[in-house]
Amino acid sequence: MGAFTQWFNERAPGLGAVYKKHMTEYYAPKNFNVMYYFGSLAMLVLVNQIVTGIFLAMFYTPTAAGAFDSVQYIMRDVNWGWLVRYMHTTGASMFFIVIYLHMFRGLMYGSFKKPRELVWLIGMLIFLVLMAEAFMGYVLPWGNMSFWGAKVIITLFSAVPWFGHTLVTWIMGTFVPGDPTLNRFFALHVVALPLVLLLLVVLHLGALHEVGSNNPDGVEIKKHKNPKGIPLDGIAFHPYYTLKDLVGVGVFLIICAVIIFFAPSVGGFFLEHDNSIPANDLVTPATIKPVWYFSPFYAILRMIPSKGLGVLALAASIVALFLVPWLDRGGVKSIRYRGLGYKIALAIFAIVFFLLGCIGADLTPGWIVSIFGPNADITTIENLFGRILVILYFAFFVFLWVYTFFGFERTRPVPERVTTHA
Amino acid sequence: MHDKTFRASMRTLTVLLALLVAFAAAPAALAEEGGYPNVNVNVHDKASLQRGARLFMNYCVGCHSLKYMRYSQMAEGLGLTEQQVMDNLNFTGVKFGEPIVSAMPEADAEKWLGKAPPDLSLEVSARGADWVAAYLKSFYLDPSTASGWNNTVFPNVAMPFPLWQLQGEQVAVMSPPANGEPATIKELKLAQPGSMTPAQYDRAVRDLTAFLTYVSSPDELVRSSMGAWVVLYLVFFTLFALVLKKEYWKDVH
Ligand code: HEC
Ligand code: HEM
Repeated sequence: MGAFTQWFNERAPGLGAVYKKHMTEYYAPKNFNVMYYFGSLAMLVLVNQIVTGIFLAMFYTPTAAGAFDSVQYIMRDVNWGWLVRYMHTTGASMFFIVIYLHMFRGLMYGSFKKPRELVWLIGMLIFLVLMAEAFMGYVLPWGNMSFWGAKVIITLFSAVPWFGHTLVTWIMGTFVPGDPTLNRFFALHVVALPLVLLLLVVLHLGALHEVGSNNPDGVEIKKHKNPKGIPLDGIAFHPYYTLKDLVGVGVFLIICAVIIFFAPSVGGFFLEHDNSIPANDLVTPATIKPVWYFSPFYAILRMIPSKGLGVLALAASIVALFLVPWLDRGGVKSIRYRGLGYKIALAIFAIVFFLLGCIGADLTPGWIVSIFGPNADITTIENLFGRILVILYFAFFVFLWVYTFFGFERTRPVPERVTTHA
Repeated sequence: MHDKTFRASMRTLTVLLALLVAFAAAPAALAEEGGYPNVNVNVHDKASLQRGARLFMNYCVGCHSLKYMRYSQMAEGLGLTEQQVMDNLNFTGVKFGEPIVSAMPEADAEKWLGKAPPDLSLEVSARGADWVAAYLKSFYLDPSTASGWNNTVFPNVAMPFPLWQLQGEQVAVMSPPANGEPATIKELKLAQPGSMTPAQYDRAVRDLTAFLTYVSSPDELVRSSMGAWVVLYLVFFTLFALVLKKEYWKDVH
C-alpha cells in the first residue's frame, strides 16, 4: 500500500471499502459479450452531456429573444463552441442508441428477472427522466421545430380529464410557449433533471451490485463459489472489465468522432433542418415531428385516431415496459435457452419498434409512393400499416404473458456454468 | 483462447463499423430524397467561395442579410485581407468588424416586395445546398405575378429574379392537360440567353451556393481536416487499449 493510500485509508476507511466493493472486488461473470458494453457507454455519454452542457450554459441565453442568437454565437464566436455543441447534440442521439441497445440486452438475457427487477425498474425510471431531459433540451435552441415540438407535446397533456387545459398552461407558464417556458425548461434541463439522473444511476448500480450481474447465459454465477467465496465464473471488475470497456469506449468514440467531424446533422436526424429557422408562431413547419429517438412512441400516438386514446396508448407503451418483469413468468433467462416463440416474438418486437420509428420520423410517405406509385392514398396505407404495427407492439407483451403463464414455452436445458467467454 | 478473444473483438468491430457505414450513408441517401440534383459544392475551394461571395455582394445583399457573419470572419474564411474585403466585397459601407446586414430597411422591403427578404445566414442548413441551387436555376417569366417572375421550386415566390442578366430569361413549357387535370409545367426553356452560357451559369450557382454553405456552418472549413486527426488518434488509442486488455485477460480461463 502506498503512503498516500495508507494516509487516506486511516482517515476514510469507508471509501476504500466502497471502491473495493464496486471495483476490485466486484465479481462480474467472465462471459460478457458486446451487448454488455452499453451500460458503461451510457455513463460515458452522461458525463459528456454534463461537461459539454456546462460549457454551453455559460454562453446560452434562456429567453425567447436571445436563445437562437446565443446558439449561433456559440457556433461562430465562442472558441471551440461548435465542437462543444456538436458533442452535446451528437451525445444526445448516441445516448438513446446506447440506451435502446442496453434495454434490448435486458430483454435478450432476461436481466429484468428475479432478482434484478429493481435494477430494471430503476432503469425504466432513468429512461423516463432521460426522455424528459432530451425533450426540454431540444426546446432550448428555440428553432422553429423546438417551438412547434414544445407546443404539440405539451398540449398532449390537455387529454387529461377535467383539468387538462389548466395543466397545459401550468406547464408552459403561458398560453403559447414563450419566455416562461424557456426559463423553466432551462432550469430543469440544466439543474434538476441531471441531478435526478445522477442519483438514479447511482441507485441503478447499487441495486445491480447488490445482486450481481446477469450474463449472456443467464446463469447465476453466485451458485458456484471457491472456498474464499469468490464466484468461480467471476472476474474482478477492475482491472478486467475496466480494460475491456476501454476498448468499447475507443470504438464508440471513433463512431462519435466520425459523426461530429464529418456529418454532425446526420442528414437532419441528429439536428433537424427546420430548427435552423428561428421559432415563429406564424409559420408551421411542413411536418412537425420529434427527433428520431422519440419517433416510435410518436408514431403510436399518431396512429390512434382519437387524441385521448392516442395519449393513453403512448403512456401504455411505456408502462408495459415497466411491467415486463411480471409479465414474463418464464423460468429461463437467456434467449440462448428460451423457446423458439420468445426468439421470434423478440425479433418481431425489435422490427416493429424500428418500423414505428420510421413512421414517426415521416419516412413512410416516400416509401409508399415508391411502392404504390404517385397516386397512392398515403394516409390510408400509412394508417393501415401503422395500426398493425401498434397492435403488434402491444401483442408482444400479451404474448409474453400468455406464453409463459400457461406454460407454452419449450425451453432448452440451461448449463450449470457459463459457457463462453471472449 | 487468445485467438478467440481476438476474433470476437474483430467481430464486434465489424458490426460497429457496419453501423458506422450505415450512418455515413444515411445522409447521402436522404439528400437524394429531396429530388434536387446534387450541386457538389466544395467549401474547401477558396476561389469558388470568393467568386460566390462576390456574386452575393453584387446581386443579393441589397435585399438579404447574413447577420450571423461578420466581414472580418468572412475575410478569414475566404483567405482575403481586410483591404481586399473592404474594397471589393463591402458595399454596405459598415466597418470591417460589423455583421453583413442589408442596407434595405425591412419595412420598405415588405412594402415593395410583399414579403421581407429573409436572412440567409442559415439558409443552407435549413433547406440544403441542393435546394438552394435548384431554386436559383428555376426562375421563369410569369406575367401573372407582381414581380413578373415565378419559380418552379418555390411557387409564387415574392423574390424578383436578380440574376436574369446572367442566366437569361426562362419560360415555362406546359404539358398538355390530361383528362381534366390542370396543365402542369413540363420544363423550363431558355427563351432569351443571358451573358453566361448554361455551363457558366451552373458554375456561378455552384459558387454562390458554396458561399452560402460556408456561411451556414463556417466550422466546416476546419472540421473535416481536424476530424481526420482525431479519428486517427482514436484508432491508435483503441488498438492500445485492445493490446492492454488482451495482456491482462491472459490469466482468465
Ligand atoms: C429585390 C430583393 C431581392 C434580391 C435582390 C434577392 N432576393 Fe432572395 N428573396 C427576396 C424575397 C422578398 C424573398 C422571400 C420570398 C418569399 O417568401 O416568397 C426571397 C427569398 C429567397 C430565398 C428563399 C428563402 C426561403 O424561404 O427559404 C433564397 C434562397 C434567396 N432569396 C436567395 C437569394 C439570392 C442567392 C440572391 C442573390 C442572387 C437573392 N435572393 C436576391 C428578395 C430578394
Ligand atoms: C443513464 C442511463 C443508464 C446508465 C448510465 C446505466 C448504467 C448501467 C451499467 C453501468 C450497468 C452494468 C453494466 C452492464 O450490464 O451493461 C447496467 C446494468 C443494467 N441496466 Fe442500466 N443504465 C442506464 C439505463 C438503463 C435503462 C433505461 C434500463 C432498462 C429499463 C436499464 C437496465 C439495466 C439492467 C436490467 C441491468 C443489469 C444487466 C445485467 O446484469 O444483465 N438501464 N446499467
